[in-house]
Amino acid sequence: MEEIFHSVRLDIDKCIGCTDCIKRCPTEAIRVRNGKAHIMDERCIDCGMCIRICRNHAKKAVTEPLDSINDYKFKVAIPAPTLYTQFRNVVDPNIILTALKRLGFDEVFEVARAAEIITEESKKILAKGKIPKPVISSACPAIVKLIQIRFPSLIPNILPIISPKEAMARYAKKYLVRKGIKKEDIGVFFISPCAAKVTNSKQPQVIDESYVDGVISLKEIYLKLVPVIKTIKEPEILQMSSNTGIGWAHTGGEGYASGIENHIAVDGIENVIKILEKVENGKLDDVNFIECLACVGGCLGGPLTVENCFVSSNRMDRIKKFNENNKDNYIKRNIPLFDEKIDLYWSKPLQTKQVMKLDDDVEKAIEKLEQLEEIYDMLPKIDCGSCGAPTCRALAEDIVCGKAHIEDCVFMLRQKVRDMAEQMVTLAQKMPPSISKENTNGGTKII
Amino acid sequence: MKIHYDVEGGEFISAGVASSKLKKTLKQLGISPNVIRKVSICMYEAEINMVIHADGGVIDVEITPENIEILIKDEGPGIEDLDLAMQVGYSTASSKAREMGFGAGMGLPNIKRHSDGMKIETKVGEGTKLELIFNIK
Ligand code: SF4
Ligand code: SF4
Repeated sequence: MEEIFHSVRLDIDKCIGCTDCIKRCPTEAIRVRNGKAHIMDERCIDCGMCIRICRNHAKKAVTEPLDSINDYKFKVAIPAPTLYTQFRNVVDPNIILTALKRLGFDEVFEVARAAEIITEESKKILAKGKIPKPVISSACPAIVKLIQIRFPSLIPNILPIISPKEAMARYAKKYLVRKGIKKEDIGVFFISPCAAKVTNSKQPQVIDESYVDGVISLKEIYLKLVPVIKTIKEPEILQMSSNTGIGWAHTGGEGYASGIENHIAVDGIENVIKILEKVENGKLDDVNFIECLACVGGCLGGPLTVENCFVSSNRMDRIKKFNENNKDNYIKRNIPLFDEKIDLYWSKPLQTKQVMKLDDDVEKAIEKLEQLEEIYDMLPKIDCGSCGAPTCRALAEDIVCGKAHIEDCVFMLRQKVRDMAEQMVTLAQKMPPSISKENTNGGTKII
Repeated sequence: MKIHYDVEGGEFISAGVASSKLKKTLKQLGISPNVIRKVSICMYEAEINMVIHADGGVIDVEITPENIEILIKDEGPGIEDLDLAMQVGYSTASSKAREMGFGAGMGLPNIKRHSDGMKIETKVGEGTKLELIFNIK
């Protein structure tokens, strides 16, 4: 089996085993063992929930350091539109794009522009009406994985289109190759607010290979950009995107861009789960399109961002206003980047991953489930988390799968100790007849 | 294996709890997504029906390697005209239920369409018993 790559990792030294993260993980992918959190690879969807929850900063997302761009002769940055919202008092995207170039990139292309192209393509597929309703956006990779793991029956509803970052990476490479730069010299780096997008660049599931060569976290680049931005007086005209593409960073942005009527935009993974439950129950097939984003506020609330998502949202409004007032600027950067023909569709279907199942054989799975119910019945059902599993039910599941013991439950352990103590007392009372003070002869007790 | 659920009446907000739980169980058994979806649609519909019309009831599920049998029982008012209730769009839901978006009259026909077998017994004033079957293989 191919090894599973995850961006979300644990810094073992910082983890104190507090069990905060296990309780909020939407796929119950974390357990605490020997005082440290442990992520189950096959269940993790890289949503970054645990990164946000952990007050000890023991959960982090692995990304490439900025230096890694030097592995390539021609360095290209493709920033996510969320980057524009992170800086106080900066509303002109050109300033940020210019600053990126000063950090050492030879070229910058906005992912927001590719989002506009993806939007156009999505409209076409939706108009054909071949995908079962409600069509679910594939833009948030954490949600795609969530569906794959928890709602596999909804896989046919997902829009089978590649992400804007992937599209941009393809356009960029083709364009630069046509301009005479060698393919192997080009390094395309995505500036990401998102851990799941790191993972799906390293290990894409629905395309053969990602054109993104590295992912740099928005947090890291932010720190390096701040001093540079201050020095920029006359920015280069690098912006190509309009408000439509930039707005993708925000919940509802994709649906708004496509102009699809009758759509739902939902953010925050717990809210998304509620909506997907409804879809699975057949209750939303009168809705055309559902945009689900794992983070509150959409990518503006991504785990690798710096700014609070509500503040970012306010900035987004200001950036949009600025763009409205400066419509001519981005028209100036009109390069034939998108003349290339690239494939915008998934090249292979998304597979179901039945990671929740107890056994491959239904009969055995039923047996295990019966045992699970029995064990669960014994447990106190208060979901305290002391056993290292998120709920008593999850502990019961771990026990039947041979990954935990019933004594891992502190209450069960206490019960057992008490039973043993009682047994010991009873035993202790059983004196050998030779020294027993009890005279059973005749039934009268001689004291 | 057998599973039992109690469904409370009148609780529109929490309706769907039993179907959610069953769904989770079926996923643990590795039942195919297609079957899970069919079960979800029927269970949810039946659960909502029970909440709206019958002040709750009980659901008993039996799972074998071959099929899933669901028995849904309530002691509600019963269905007066079963033929009518089986027609798409027919509903006797209260205005309160309708205001909440339930009772669009899709219940029984929808259940019939998505299950592999359906049997219904109903008596006015006594309640309704609905038996559903789904093939696993
Ligand atoms: S939240 Fe999780 S990762 Fe962080 S310290 Fe607690 S157990 Fe460890
Ligand atoms: S909402 Fe955006 S940042 Fe958050 S997981 Fe999804 S794609 Fe990543």
